[in-house]
Amino acid sequence: ALARDNTQLLVSRLWELPAERAGGAGGPLVAQLPEPTFRLPREKPPPKPRPPTRWEQFARLKGIRRKKKTSLVWDEQAKEWRRRWGYRRAGGDPSRAWLAEVPAGADPEEDQFARLRREKRERVARNELNRLRNLARAHRAGRAVPAAPLHPTGHQDRDELRRVARVARVSTASLGRFQPRLPKESAEPPSRNGGKKRRFEPLLGNLAAERSRQLELLRDMGSKKPVLDITRAVNKQLRQEEAEAAANKGKKQSKRGKRGRQQQRPGRSGKKSGARRQPQQRKAAGGGTGG
Amino acid sequence: MRPLTEAETRAVFEKLAKYIGENIQLLVDRPDGTYCFRLHRDRVYYLSEKLLKLAASVPRESLVAPGTCFGKFTKSQKFRLSITALDFLAPYAKYKVWVKPGSEQSFLYGNHVLKSGLGRITENTAQYQGVVVYSMADVPLGFGVAAKSTQECRKVDPLAIVVFHQADVGEYVRKEDTLT
Repeated sequence: ALARDNTQLLVSRLWELPAERAGGAGGPLVAQLPEPTFRLPREKPPPKPRPPTRWEQFARLKGIRRKKKTSLVWDEQAKEWRRRWGYRRAGGDPSRAWLAEVPAGADPEEDQFARLRREKRERVARNELNRLRNLARAHRAGRAVPAAPLHPTGHQDRDELRRVARVARVSTASLGRFQPRLPKESAEPPSRNGGKKRRFEPLLGNLAAERSRQLELLRDMGSKKPVLDITRAVNKQLRQEEAEAAANKGKKQSKRGKRGRQQQRPGRSGKKSGARRQPQQRKAAGGGTGG
Repeated sequence: MRPLTEAETRAVFEKLAKYIGENIQLLVDRPDGTYCFRLHRDRVYYLSEKLLKLAASVPRESLVAPGTCFGKFTKSQKFRLSITALDFLAPYAKYKVWVKPGSEQSFLYGNHVLKSGLGRITENTAQYQGVVVYSMADVPLGFGVAAKSTQECRKVDPLAIVVFHQADVGEYVRKEDTLT
């Protein structure tokens, strides 16, 4: 019965395929089979899940779920959003805490700063110990010890799942380069260094593209040149001062000379208004007359 | 050796534009071949595509200089033009200064150009404009920065500096070890 059902399914799918008549109108009906996909089987068996840690067992018992924490916290003192931990965290730099209160029942002679440091060291050491213990437990049970749980359980949040999906995509022989993407995943693969190192253009990349980019850069730089040519304005001012100085000298010599020079003046200042009307002209033909 | 980044290209072109203006595109886009800029150990080199392909096969520690060195980036990422770029800047220079034979020697020793040594200067040179310095026989001697505009040059006294020295061909002898 199973064989009959399977054959029935196969034949119905065959009839669903696009078909055409081979060899003209009277020939037999031929179905166009889809492209063959080559599915390689796994080389090694899939890894078994690791045993849950002591905390995970406890959390499952109590029904505690992971609460999503915001990465930024409002720092009341600094009146801005600061990180929860790390560089410039909210609550100030713990290494520069200048006050450590003596708690109620403590020895007044005890060094509070030393106590805080010692307790931090103890906490870090205990965390490390527990981590190693969990790892040893997983190793003893003969299970794989992956960095993140690779099987979707109901207790993972979105970031974990995203990380797991990325690991799964990259775990192919060509390191995920030819994997089809999920519908809502980003199209561009993330950088291989995680955005850490600077990456430069290849040495012998597309030289024509490089040239066109440089020409475009030159064009952008050229278009931003200021329209007012300061030196030209300064030169015109200097010329006018020279003319006035010459005119004053002429006044001492003779009246006729002064009148002659005064008549020349409107022609000279006409150049200045001409320059204002056409501010684009930078290279002056007027330079020739400056001498 | 690597290509220049956007910011580095901009710095280099801005410096070159001070001396040759919009003629940079004649350096970038040449009819007789593809030439490009590459950075090797903080120095900017100008080389043809053919030379680039040859230089690419030389290991980085052994490579001394691919192409012509235009200048270098200082530790604070400022671009300094060097004398080895003169052969490429001189034909396209926009503002030129001719120096009298008497003070040619002084300029070649690294001194500034005084008004008394000034032969000719292009019209419309702005103050602090990049200029290429020539001898009276039209031989390029180096480059500098105009200390005074052309108008001011006429009025100033003979011992005033008119061109600040930036680089001269005498450096080929004086600074032999630092040039590439």
